Amino acid sequence: MATVHDGPRPADRAALASLERGGPATAIRSGESAAGASLRPAPAPGKLALLWTDIKKHRVSYYFLAPFLLLFTVFIVAPILVSIGLSFTYYNILEPPRFIGASNYRLLFVDDDIFLQAVGITLRFAIITGPLGYMLAFLLAWLISQIPHKYRFLYTLCFYTPSITSATAMSVVWLYLFAGDRKGLLNWWLIRLGILDEPFLFLQDIRSIVPVIIAVSLWMSMGVGFLAFLAGLQNVPKELYEAGAIDGVKHRWQELFYITIPAVRPQLLFGAVMQVVSSLQVFDVSVQLVGLPSPLYAGHTILAHLYDYAFIRFEMGYAAAIAVVLFLMMFGLNRLIFHLFGRD
Amino acid sequence: MRRRIDFGGIAIYTGLTVLALLMLMPLVYLASTAFKPIHELFLFPPRFFVMNPTLLNFRDLLLITGTSVVPFSRYIFNSVVVTGSIVAGGVFISAMAAYPLAKHNMPFRQHIFSLIVAALMFSPMVLQIPQYLLISKSGLMNTYFAQILPFLAAPVGMFLMTQFLKQIPDALLEAARIDGAGEWRVFRSIVLPMLKPAIATFALLSFVQAWNDPYPAMVYATEEDMKSLPVAIQTISGGAGVVARVGTYAAASFLMVIPTMLVFVVTQRMVLQTMAHSGLKD
Repeated sequence: MATVHDGPRPADRAALASLERGGPATAIRSGESAAGASLRPAPAPGKLALLWTDIKKHRVSYYFLAPFLLLFTVFIVAPILVSIGLSFTYYNILEPPRFIGASNYRLLFVDDDIFLQAVGITLRFAIITGPLGYMLAFLLAWLISQIPHKYRFLYTLCFYTPSITSATAMSVVWLYLFAGDRKGLLNWWLIRLGILDEPFLFLQDIRSIVPVIIAVSLWMSMGVGFLAFLAGLQNVPKELYEAGAIDGVKHRWQELFYITIPAVRPQLLFGAVMQVVSSLQVFDVSVQLVGLPSPLYAGHTILAHLYDYAFIRFEMGYAAAIAVVLFLMMFGLNRLIFHLFGRD
Repeated sequence: MRRRIDFGGIAIYTGLTVLALLMLMPLVYLASTAFKPIHELFLFPPRFFVMNPTLLNFRDLLLITGTSVVPFSRYIFNSVVVTGSIVAGGVFISAMAAYPLAKHNMPFRQHIFSLIVAALMFSPMVLQIPQYLLISKSGLMNTYFAQILPFLAAPVGMFLMTQFLKQIPDALLEAARIDGAGEWRVFRSIVLPMLKPAIATFALLSFVQAWNDPYPAMVYATEEDMKSLPVAIQTISGGAGVVARVGTYAAASFLMVIPTMLVFVVTQRMVLQTMAHSGLKD
């Protein structure tokens, strides 16, 4: 074995040390390195050989990673590539996929009015719930961080619980609240207050479907991002506030803008990434409340369109093209956000 | 942190309390409906709170579904098996992977971590088609594996675990290595106990996700006895927009919401500890 020992680097030393000691994992390692040496093709001198030795030295690390990486590759990385491949084919599961070039995409953007409508609805939804949910989550987390520790949990529970309820389970409440007859809670109140003369069909009228979905989604939007903000805000070093007070920061809101927000920027970025993903994947609430397909497709989102073509019509090639478009929207928007947050 | 109660403080409490009550209302209504006797369910004008609470709806839930093809307890059992396996399996493989990613310095470490961060940026929902093809071609349809395997490698939980482990000092690990512990021993007796808050967080997130998601059972199970709780609730409700058997529906929904709340109550302290390290840097 062409071992190139340029003096072990500090982190390598640990792995080397464990090799010498021979723990349970290292026993396998020394056994295999003997076999590996004879099977390995003639070592290419230079960088590649060095890398190979380095990899061998860290064999144990890869053993630890293996189960996760295997599943991650099979169920996340490979599906992205397969989706991209399938999106250029016609595939109905029964016959083998047939390459048709970019016609799926042409069909999507030129002929499929319902898809374009779904993009519009998704964006309309995302533009409102994305920023609004994000700011609301930060505002609430900040307010909670302003009160003494012992009361914080109660409020955290109140705001976080909606996000961990299932959309399926909660639809029993929404269907009653937004029911289209006089027995619907909202209709009953609005009629009593004299705002409406007759019941409004909240879940059937194309004007109210998106607002209803937005309202329910906002109710459920204090999720992982909210917890990240809360945790970040609780851990802003106290010295920063003391230093700020000396420098003339007086009000809460001054503290917020000059000290707190810069200090929790990494959490803000994490929350933003989570928010983009969750606002573009709107689907569940829409299906539970207004069905699939919804009246006049008024609650039809990109994911609903994807589900429709994939698991109802089994046009996998076309559905894969929809998936690729949605993937690019999420990924592109998040890269953009990374870019904006990364620089000052 | 200010402790004195000023006008700002009073405004904060008022605002928070009003909002908190507003957020709680749908949940209170759900609980209240689940305990309403039949004559209160259809009262007009509609009432928010239950007057004579009863457990009848829960009994009906078991009775109605007991006579149908699959007893209700079967759905609960399926959900528990699938969710339990996803949580336990996910915690284990992610903790194992987080250890070298945070504490070893092997080649490609940074690449692998970047890949995980990249996976945070899109929803796994866009990957359903290839996942479905894989599961159906490999003959796993209608098995528990089909509903478990695709969800074990969870990027968000994995990311949080790695970030949390990174900030734990190396000194303890070094000390164990000097005492002659191999990497597996170090992992089991030092890393795992220290990872507890991150494990709790991972467990919460993957529990909520797996417990609430009706789609795995809708897509990967064609037989009724492999369906999960959320699918059963959809069946009871009679589909979107239909209000039928409100009482049983609410009772089933109530049963579904309670476990997620309990898991959060149990894990919340450790979750907040972990989330402090959730920051992303460019």
